[in-house]
Order: sequence, then structure tokens, then C-alpha cells
Amino acid sequence: MKSFLCLGLAVILAWVSPLQAQNPLSPDGLKIADQAPDFALRNVDGKIIALSSFVDAKGVILVFTCNHCPYSVKYEDRIIALHEKYAGKGYPVLAVNSNDSVVVPEDSFSKMQERAQAKKFPFPYVVDETQTIARKYGARRTPHAFVLLRTRTGWTVEYIGAIDDNADDADKVGSKFVEDAVEALLKGTKPATATTKAIGCTIKWKKG
Amino acid sequence: MIVLGLLCSLLGLTIPEVRLTDLERRFAEGSDTVYVVNFWATWCKPCIEELPAFDKLARKESGKPVVVLLVSLDSPKDRSSKVEPFLRKAGYKCEAVVLNEPKPHLWIDKVDASWSGAIPATLFIMNGRRLFREQEFTSRLLDSTFTTFRDKEK
Repeated sequence: MKSFLCLGLAVILAWVSPLQAQNPLSPDGLKIADQAPDFALRNVDGKIIALSSFVDAKGVILVFTCNHCPYSVKYEDRIIALHEKYAGKGYPVLAVNSNDSVVVPEDSFSKMQERAQAKKFPFPYVVDETQTIARKYGARRTPHAFVLLRTRTGWTVEYIGAIDDNADDADKVGSKFVEDAVEALLKGTKPATATTKAIGCTIKWKKG
Repeated sequence: MIVLGLLCSLLGLTIPEVRLTDLERRFAEGSDTVYVVNFWATWCKPCIEELPAFDKLARKESGKPVVVLLVSLDSPKDRSSKVEPFLRKAGYKCEAVVLNEPKPHLWIDKVDASWSGAIPATLFIMNGRRLFREQEFTSRLLDSTFTTFRDKEK
């Protein structure tokens, strides 16, 4: 019911006032330069992970993803590559699955554990069981990336959107949006492209 | 090319590949026609689940100025191996195309600024009026949304 109301509200907002919508990517979520709220979610290894768990990180590449979505699967190796390239430079990946496992059994916690093991994820893969984090951040689809920068007081959102511009073929990518954003932040500048869109699966909200 | 594609799709031969500009041109031409444009893909489970509702609407409005258009966002390379066999088997009465637009971040906003890019998503167009919904439809909700949208004109 709650999710229906939220969806209804989002639709009404988008319909009634398209010009006033601050962030069409996630009308009820975070915008660029917003403070990114911390959270505590269970990782596939059973441990609780928070943004504050990354004590030495300069930022975090937060990716809302899941097991079942073919677009997420297309990006798995690229998400691993992002972590391998940037964790050492202070930008580790944190993958979050917010899908309701009643709607999609393939996205259950035990299936997440299986997938993480099979693909040898080098980053945490946490479950957002109450879907609170997806709502707070305004994640709408999988995969949906948020690049966060550590500040003195917490974290700010510096990039929201697609990982790159070609889901189908990693070899034909023109713009690597997340990499470009992280590279800009590493240089102390702001990402030239701060928001992008991509085709993806919807986040599977709880029903009823 | 679209006409040829349309003919082929009616004969169940091939699903034409189109660019977004092809679609927009067509929406601009057909005055008084209601276009119900559903963005879907064979890999998208909620999309597949709602397609029968669109087929039902197409059958119900058959003979009237209503076009129910299924726009597949499958990769164009999957057109003959996945999209065509799927639609042939389903036997939907809807017209279908495969969208060939390689850079989603450049065209999603052109469909609607509020679209996150998640599918299913549906666009209703009539005489330049547009209503966009990023959501799943039941047959009942689709019918009522369609009727309300169409009757606004009167």
C-alpha cells in the first residue's frame, strides 16, 4: 500500500509539475550535492556494513543492483572491474540489492550469497530488506549507481546514473560515466556529467 | 520504410527496427489517433506479464483510431533470435517495433523527462498531448487510463 502511495505521489508530481521536479531521475530521492545518509545493511557474509565502515575511503561507488535483472548481469563484470580499479585509490564499490524477494525469489539473501560466491564479488553485496535505502536515495532501477564523496561531516552525492553508455557491449562503450566521475573527484574537481539515465529493470517494491 | 516494416510485421515476418525520430514523426502525423506506446523487452518479467493487457486493449479498440505499439528495448541483435519468436508465439494483435538507439542517456529524456529508464513504461499520445507512466498496468488500470486520456479531447 505504502509503495503504491509513493508511486502514485511520484506519478502525480511528475504529471502535475514537471518543471518543478528538482531531480527527474528520482523525484523523491537524493539530488547532486545532497548529503548521502548512512545506513547499516547486512552483507552476504553476515556482517553489517555502513558507509562509515569504509574508514579509509575517499568516497564510495554505491550500486543498486540485483541477481535477476539481465541488465545487472550484463554489468557484473564491469562493477567488479570498477572496484578493482578504484578501491585501491579510495573508491570501493558497495553493491545493494533492494528488490523484494517475495516478488523475485531469485533476489533472496541466500541467492545473493550464491551469486556473490559464484562471481567472487570483491566488494560487499548488502541487502536492503526494508527498501528504505532505495527510497531514501531515490534508486529506481537496477543497476543504478551513486558516487559518494566523503566530507568532514559525512557523504555527499556527486554522480547519479548509469555506469556507462552501452549496456549491451562493454567493448563499444563511448562514455564511462562512473569512471569519469571518480577520476574527476580524485583530481579534486566535480564530475563533468553528474547525472545520466539508462534502461534497466525496475526495483521490485513490496506489494500490498 | 516504416510502412514496409508494418506490412511485414502484420504478416508475421519481421519486426522493423526504428529510431526514436521515426516514432516521433509518426506520432506527429496521426491527428486524432491515440497512440499507446509500451516500452518493454523480452528480458523484462513485469513487461511480459502486462503485455496481454495491451493486446486486449488493441483488440477492443480494433477499427478505431487507436494504435497500440509495442516498442522493444531488446538489443537489436536479439531481434530475430528473441523478439520475433516471442511475439510470433504470443500472437498479439499489437504492432511491434524494435528501437535501435544505442545511447540511452541521450534519448530517454526525449520520451519523457520523468522517466528513470526502468521498464515497463508506457506513453499515451494524442494530438500532441502526452501522458507518461513508469509503472506496470493491469488490464483494468490500462483501460481506465486510456479512456480518461482519450476523452480529455472531447
